[in-house]
Amino acid sequence: MPTVSMTVNGESVSSEVEPRTLLVQYLRENLGLTGTHVGCDTSQCGACVVHVNGKSAKSCTMLAVQAEGSEVSTIEGLADGDTLHPMQEAFRENHGLQCGFCTPGMVMSAIDLVQTNSDPSEHDVREWLEGNLCRCTGYHNIVKSILAGAKAMQG
Amino acid sequence: MYDFKYQLANSQDDAVSAQSSAEDGSFLAGGMTLIPTLKQRLAQPSDLVDLSGISDLIGVSAEGDSVTIGSMTTHAEVASSEIVSSKIPALAALAGNIGDPQVRNRGTIGGSIANNDPAADYPAACVALNATIITNNRKIPADNFFTGLFETALEDGELITAVTFPIPDKAAYAKFPNPASRYAIVGVMVAHTGGETRAAVTGASDSGVFRSSEIENALGDNLDSSAAKAVSISADGLNNDIHASSEYRAHLVSIMASRAATAAG
Ligand SMILES: Cc1cc2nc3c(=O)[nH]c(=O)nc-3n(C[C@H](O)[C@H](O)[C@H](O)COP(=O)(O)OP(=O)(O)OC[C@H]3O[C@@H](n4cnc5c(N)ncnc54)[C@H](O)[C@@H]3O)c2cc1C
Ligand code: FES
Ligand code: FES
Repeated sequence: MPTVSMTVNGESVSSEVEPRTLLVQYLRENLGLTGTHVGCDTSQCGACVVHVNGKSAKSCTMLAVQAEGSEVSTIEGLADGDTLHPMQEAFRENHGLQCGFCTPGMVMSAIDLVQTNSDPSEHDVREWLEGNLCRCTGYHNIVKSILAGAKAMQG
Repeated sequence: MYDFKYQLANSQDDAVSAQSSAEDGSFLAGGMTLIPTLKQRLAQPSDLVDLSGISDLIGVSAEGDSVTIGSMTTHAEVASSEIVSSKIPALAALAGNIGDPQVRNRGTIGGSIANNDPAADYPAACVALNATIITNNRKIPADNFFTGLFETALEDGELITAVTFPIPDKAAYAKFPNPASRYAIVGVMVAHTGGETRAAVTGASDSGVFRSSEIENALGDNLDSSAAKAVSISADGLNNDIHASSEYRAHLVSIMASRAATAAG
């Protein structure tokens, strides 16, 4: 089996994996980072979104071996001790979740949006969420959270 | 997913030889189509040859009256490229509207055209802009490249290295997306380049992208949008599925052509 090495949330990890191991499987099953969810497993829902070298990616549609040498960050890597990342805090403040299943992917996707567009309009946010599905909220408070999170990330 | 061997190629030659020495090797680009296909066990390659480490397949350059895009350039990179945005803004806009941000962060132009999904966006741009597909051993005009449903002129093991697009005088793409997948129910790219008007239609036919001479004649040199709108396209041979009937798609071809012509100005 090939060995894969990468940095996950700032820590170097290295493991033997079958080439067919998905990145999301590697994160959840080998590393125990179960904050990254699998919703659809068909590249549609975005519950599995993580950052690979700073850009959002669907970890159910990537092999672990494709992340060789990369810097991966997941929802677990955002908070600084007990202090939530401003985007996480904005979701909490604005009631941006109900069951919470889609939330890790929403937050990771939202942070990538703010990295490319620091002052997004409501329209920009809605367009950006094309790849993130939520079965609960109707999106309204998610959009509100992301707009607030974007402001907080600037501040 | 069935098991396979994986290797990361470090040059074009390395990729081509790894693929040809494998029992049944497949190139892996962004994986946005190939990995879902493997998960559904619709393909069982013995080996995946990852192209992501080959730096000379990535990037955009402009030379004379054309723009060349390396096959491993992602949709997000094309959408945000200053060269593409200034020389062929219609192409940057098309790339920026493929799927969703995560698909655009990984999916590549080479993977999209090699796959030739009948509802993909890039094939329409390649045909309307009269692009040339460059492989490891030849140059293929877009008109001869897309040969049918998920079929191309590529031979087994042939590697797309880049696509060259002549810079049009005017061009625009209009897509009526499937609201769930974002693939085109119908998409039409119209372009006027060096005295020639072309209109390429994707999504409508199950044999993939095609040029519509009726639309091209109606558009004429001035890209007349109302003339395009008035064209009545036959529904024969057009896709008919749960998303849209063939009659609806036929209607959308004229409407999208007309919207693209208006946008091209
Ligand atoms: C949720 C979702 C939504 C999408 N929406 C759209 C959309 O709206 N419009 C659209 O056009 N597409 C859409 N796509 C498809 C997307 O654009 C893919 O990126 C593209 O079809 C394949 O590109 P890839 O780089 O991921 O290729 P891969 O999946 O890695 O490869 C696809 C095929 O091409 C071959 N290949 C790859 N690179 C080369 C090369 N350089 N030379 C020869 N063969 C090669 C591979 O062997 C494989 O057979 C969507 C995909 C998803 C998952
Ligand atoms: S689990 Fe990856 S997109 Fe749904
Ligand atoms: S909060 Fe339940 S799926 Fe989004």
